[in-house]
Amino acid sequence: MGRGQGARAHELGHGAREVVAADRDVTDSDAAAGPDAAATPDAAAARQAVASLREVTKRFPGIVALERVSLEFRAGETHILLGENGAGKSTLVNLLAGMLRPDEGEILVQGRAVRITSPRRSHELGIGVVYQQLLLVPSLTVLENLMLGGPWWRPLRRAAALARFEDLSRMLGTRIDPDARVGALSLGEQQHVEIIRALWRDETLLLLDEPTSMLTPQGVLDLGRMLQGLKARGTALVLITHKLPEAFAFGDRISVLRQGRLAGALEPERLRAMSGAERTDTVLALMFGADAEPAPAERERLAGRTVHHGARVARTEPPLLALREVSTRGSRGSRGETPLEGVSLELWPGEVLGIAGVDGNGQKHLAEVIAGQRAASAGRIEIAGADVTRGRVPERRRAGVRYVTDERLGEGTVGPFSVATNLVLKEIGAAPLWRHGITDWDRIERHAREVIAQYDIRTPSERTPIAKLSGGNIQKVLLARELDPGARVAILNKPTHGLDFRNAQLALERIGAAAARGLALIVISTELDELLEVSDRIGVMYRGRLAGIVENAAQAERRIGVLMTGAAAA
Amino acid sequence: MMTLPAPLAMAVRVVAPIALALAVGGFALELLGKNPIAYYGFVLERGLLRPGGLQETVTRMAPLLLIAAGLIVAFRAGMWNLGSDGQFLLAAVTAAGLAPALADTLPRALVLVASLLAGALVGALWSLTPAILKARFGLNEIITTLMMSFLGVSLSNVLIKLLLRDPGTTVPQTRSLPVEERLPRLFDTTVHSGLLIALAAVIGVHLLMTRTAFGLRVQVLGTNRAAAVHAGLEVERLILAAFTLSAALIGLGGAVEVLGVWGTVRADWNPAYGALVVPLVFLARLNGYAVIALTLFFAALMTGGESAARRMGVPQNYVLVLVALVLMFLALIEYLDRRRPRIA
Repeated sequence: MGRGQGARAHELGHGAREVVAADRDVTDSDAAAGPDAAATPDAAAARQAVASLREVTKRFPGIVALERVSLEFRAGETHILLGENGAGKSTLVNLLAGMLRPDEGEILVQGRAVRITSPRRSHELGIGVVYQQLLLVPSLTVLENLMLGGPWWRPLRRAAALARFEDLSRMLGTRIDPDARVGALSLGEQQHVEIIRALWRDETLLLLDEPTSMLTPQGVLDLGRMLQGLKARGTALVLITHKLPEAFAFGDRISVLRQGRLAGALEPERLRAMSGAERTDTVLALMFGADAEPAPAERERLAGRTVHHGARVARTEPPLLALREVSTRGSRGSRGETPLEGVSLELWPGEVLGIAGVDGNGQKHLAEVIAGQRAASAGRIEIAGADVTRGRVPERRRAGVRYVTDERLGEGTVGPFSVATNLVLKEIGAAPLWRHGITDWDRIERHAREVIAQYDIRTPSERTPIAKLSGGNIQKVLLARELDPGARVAILNKPTHGLDFRNAQLALERIGAAAARGLALIVISTELDELLEVSDRIGVMYRGRLAGIVENAAQAERRIGVLMTGAAAA
Repeated sequence: MMTLPAPLAMAVRVVAPIALALAVGGFALELLGKNPIAYYGFVLERGLLRPGGLQETVTRMAPLLLIAAGLIVAFRAGMWNLGSDGQFLLAAVTAAGLAPALADTLPRALVLVASLLAGALVGALWSLTPAILKARFGLNEIITTLMMSFLGVSLSNVLIKLLLRDPGTTVPQTRSLPVEERLPRLFDTTVHSGLLIALAAVIGVHLLMTRTAFGLRVQVLGTNRAAAVHAGLEVERLILAAFTLSAALIGLGGAVEVLGVWGTVRADWNPAYGALVVPLVFLARLNGYAVIALTLFFAALMTGGESAARRMGVPQNYVLVLVALVLMFLALIEYLDRRRPRIA
């Protein structure tokens, strides 16, 4: 939350200006453009509430997810919901989507109290939801996906669906082939399909849960334009985001949730009247509490202070890690992922190499091929000069290679297994925790308790199944496991993805500390500002190739931006 | 929602389906005009309390325990070995064919050990096809093991009728192993020492799974294959190892049953223990000790149920009805447990 001030703000700042045609001058410190005063006449008061929550409380065992929250979502207004992980945003979406029922309080739609008992009911009430993850069937066409969800007895009517699809496409200004397979579309296009689906029945309230998290800068612009059009038609929009610049660019009204309570709200009039810096300060104060310490840290980030203190890298030495023309074309289990094509890079101890690029341009294969999880189809991989191309994960690990995956629960951990087991998942069978193949559970648990204390992992005990931990704490487990004393080269794939501000900052600090210890690190991220913060050099992946590597110095952003579009690769 | 301490919650989840099944089953008995209390009492007495009944019950446990041990390995590895009937039967026929042939020349101990090992080996071999298909090509082992099971059952009959048929009998069956050549009895009972092998196997598997690196690797594979790849485990070899170990234990069960109890296999004999043991193993949550207790329960139910069928006129299949009811309630309780609200 509140992350992405630096470079992201620049990209977005420009985009947002285009989108909302803001009439104000936007300075660099005031990177986030404001909501457009001109396009939203002061009829705000007259706008009707499409839906509202009154004193809604939702409890889960041991936790109050929402406590007496009241909110109004008005026609033709974009309402931004901000808050840290666990602040209750997702619960709120799930209440309106019919996935959960409130324990107390009521939900009103068009002024009438309603019980949203199912997702279907939610749709009938005119509520459309676009979730963070895409929920389309990749093997079906666009139109087939849109026709799903009708009553089972009704035959599919292609002509009617096509007409509806074209109506909505025109309204949203998108051009997608209705007969294209969804799996073949870009993520941005898939999201447009999700939005079309959410509006399929003329929904009057559209909820978008972190819609920009996987979009390219261009995709964010397209989305903004689309939302602008919807707003003009009187749709009430609710946007959940982690990124302040986006919140300011898109939002007419901002509500901040903190620990399940409404910490505060910025009315449209107030929001318009504030300068960029004032807004940021106000929102951060609401998010973290006025006296909390992360806010100043966040301001330091805004001021451009970095975690990484500039490595003194001895490039006269042979590189610790070297890739020479590595390709992964045709390796097993690629499932439509972008393979690597002739990637070469060198990395020295104490250095952080950032890897930027739009998701899905080969980053995953890069990480896996270095970790030994994926075989290279061509090329050489060297650790400290020794050829390790043929080695698999165990050999690479012995050589000091570590890999923090972005799929923390998907492959990084075994969810039902204890924290203690997951901490030694990659050491199974090795002494001293195993002797002659016999598990020394006492020792494993003792080891876990030490690590838990050292890395401040918040868990009821070392025996707790790791899936019960929060994302930030799972990541702490992975970082503890991979940045252990034996590590020499570590590759981290999206190390802050899905983490709230504090945990993201913690992860970045840990990366900086590891570099200071002499590790050679590769950090893959789609958040450019984050890479600018931790990296010595930044490489850009484009269609499986390393389009280029630039020193993290002045003008780096612009050069990276050019590389990201593939312009330099041609 | 109230939360129970883990061992207690586990006990509730195991005992509740059984109790509910007995209650609903009792209702069914009432409809048949039988007194459920009298029936259950009779089953209890015949299956557990009378020395003769208890011995029969305990004897029955041996093959069930060995199949359960095999299934624990497979299921913990996330592998649906549903081909236990074929593996069991082929191993039984192998032991039945081998033991009498060797008995003429070799001492008893050697005959038994060789036949037991041969049974285990044949069981393992019969699982190799599904195991390799799974490991190399990711083929669904549910289908391949079931198919191999049908083939195994048929092949067993072919072997009995064509190759191993005892010419001295009218009904096609293998040459009978003399009683004094079979697995030794324990003390002065009718229980054969195969039970000890079975108990050792279940406990051994339990310890293997919970206390060794191999067991942990197998379970990582079974719970999250992607994590196994990520952690650098040799997934293909683990699949082969888990599969063959599973089938070898099941095969051992077939050999023990023949060498301990029957001494021969008749054509078309197929106890189809798989259908009983698969749910039992899940009811026990893949825990070896719970498996022993539940096997005792079901074996007693079978023994007592057979007596009751003769004496009280309740069909013997009623035991299967109870098993089915236990399964349904198990599923229901599992569902209710999962439905408990979680933090979104």
